[in-house]
Amino acid sequence: MSDRYSFSLTTFSPSGKLVQIEYALNAVAQGVTSIGIKATNGVVIATEKKVPSFLVDDSTMEKVSLICGNIGMVYSGMGPDARVLVDKARKSAQEYKKVYHEEPPTAMLVKEVATVMQEYTQSGGVRPFGVSLLIAGFDDTGPSLYQVDPSGSYWAWKASAIGKNMINAKTFLEKRYSSTMEIEDAVHNAILTLKEGFEGQMTESTIEIGIAQLEEITTKEGKKEKVGRFRKLTPSEIRDYLANIA
Amino acid sequence: MEYNGSAIIAMKGKNCVAIAADRRFGVQALTLSTDFKKVFQMNERVFIGLPGLATDVQTLYERFRFKTNMYKLREEREITPSTFARMVSSTLYEKRFGPYFCEPVIAGLEKDGTPYICTMDLLGCITTPADFVVSGTASNQMYGMAESLWEPDLEPEELFETISQSLLNAVDRDAISGWGAVVHVITPERILTRTLKGRMD
Repeated sequence: MSDRYSFSLTTFSPSGKLVQIEYALNAVAQGVTSIGIKATNGVVIATEKKVPSFLVDDSTMEKVSLICGNIGMVYSGMGPDARVLVDKARKSAQEYKKVYHEEPPTAMLVKEVATVMQEYTQSGGVRPFGVSLLIAGFDDTGPSLYQVDPSGSYWAWKASAIGKNMINAKTFLEKRYSSTMEIEDAVHNAILTLKEGFEGQMTESTIEIGIAQLEEITTKEGKKEKVGRFRKLTPSEIRDYLANIA
Repeated sequence: MEYNGSAIIAMKGKNCVAIAADRRFGVQALTLSTDFKKVFQMNERVFIGLPGLATDVQTLYERFRFKTNMYKLREEREITPSTFARMVSSTLYEKRFGPYFCEPVIAGLEKDGTPYICTMDLLGCITTPADFVVSGTASNQMYGMAESLWEPDLEPEELFETISQSLLNAVDRDAISGWGAVVHVITPERILTRTLKGRMD
């Protein structure tokens, strides 16, 4: 039984397409919208938090995940699939830290995650991941924002949107984006973009925001240093941003 | 460590670092050659000295050359000395229960040009002193020399003189290292490499 389905389920159609990957992208297109914007001094990723019933305790739901000190990610598409990728990304980051004793550069982590996603388009007995990811990080090269798709392809973006409302959101971002924007503006714009096509009331408990930027830390030797850090905004911080919009 | 014998030393200067090694290859008291390479350049700003068992010296150099080349291709940047040291450390610790008999010395300049030196034991435990590091069979003698000759903020040429005198005079008191030396001084602009003649007895 186990060897019966050990061939790859993702096979070429006569026209040269991999329809399984297109179906995976459809799964993403049905997912909740996520936004990412790169600013001059940081990156923001944001998403809508949708619960199936108001009886669900939404304070326990987490869609923006910390991967390592300087990198975070958000998904659109199937939650359980994303969880697998978050686990793998965290593990890969720790392996990098074990060898080099420093946080992985964003590009390296993205490459690792994209490799995993590609393997799931070619291996036997598996299906592609039903998620697209937005990965935000801050390293020696500054802030960067990447999108990774189920096929395993990835690009660096100045601003991007994935999920249900991605077409409209991208048009909106094209109008709002400016290359001189700072992180505060980027968060503001991310919320505005999310608000387009937002169903229901936008509150601190229905959206999630994460930012990567330089933060001052105290090293073990007691020196103060500025390093790239990723952190999620607290509900009260999100409330402040929302208050500025209304 | 005492099978082949070796002496390696690295020093910090003002915006520069130096690393020097003896050139002897021998089996216990029998000297076989006097042009043995123990210090290797990993890139424009990173050098590693590998004192210890000669076979492990060469094996380790090949491994580190492979690893830094892969790092450069993967990450599209040059490895910094501090990152390289961590990588060397984890490579050694991988063989925790059957170690390479080698206690490496690393010298280089960081991305911003600050000098970096360190040494580690054969399992990969790193120490990063502020002045100089020594390793090999003439360690005790080199400590004595460096402790009295070294001073802060030496210019490249002064640093060259200090490290050369420390090494040459130390190996005269060690039977299984010496027989000539090689010195590299790394500055942001250029790398100065000189081979020195020593006592051949």
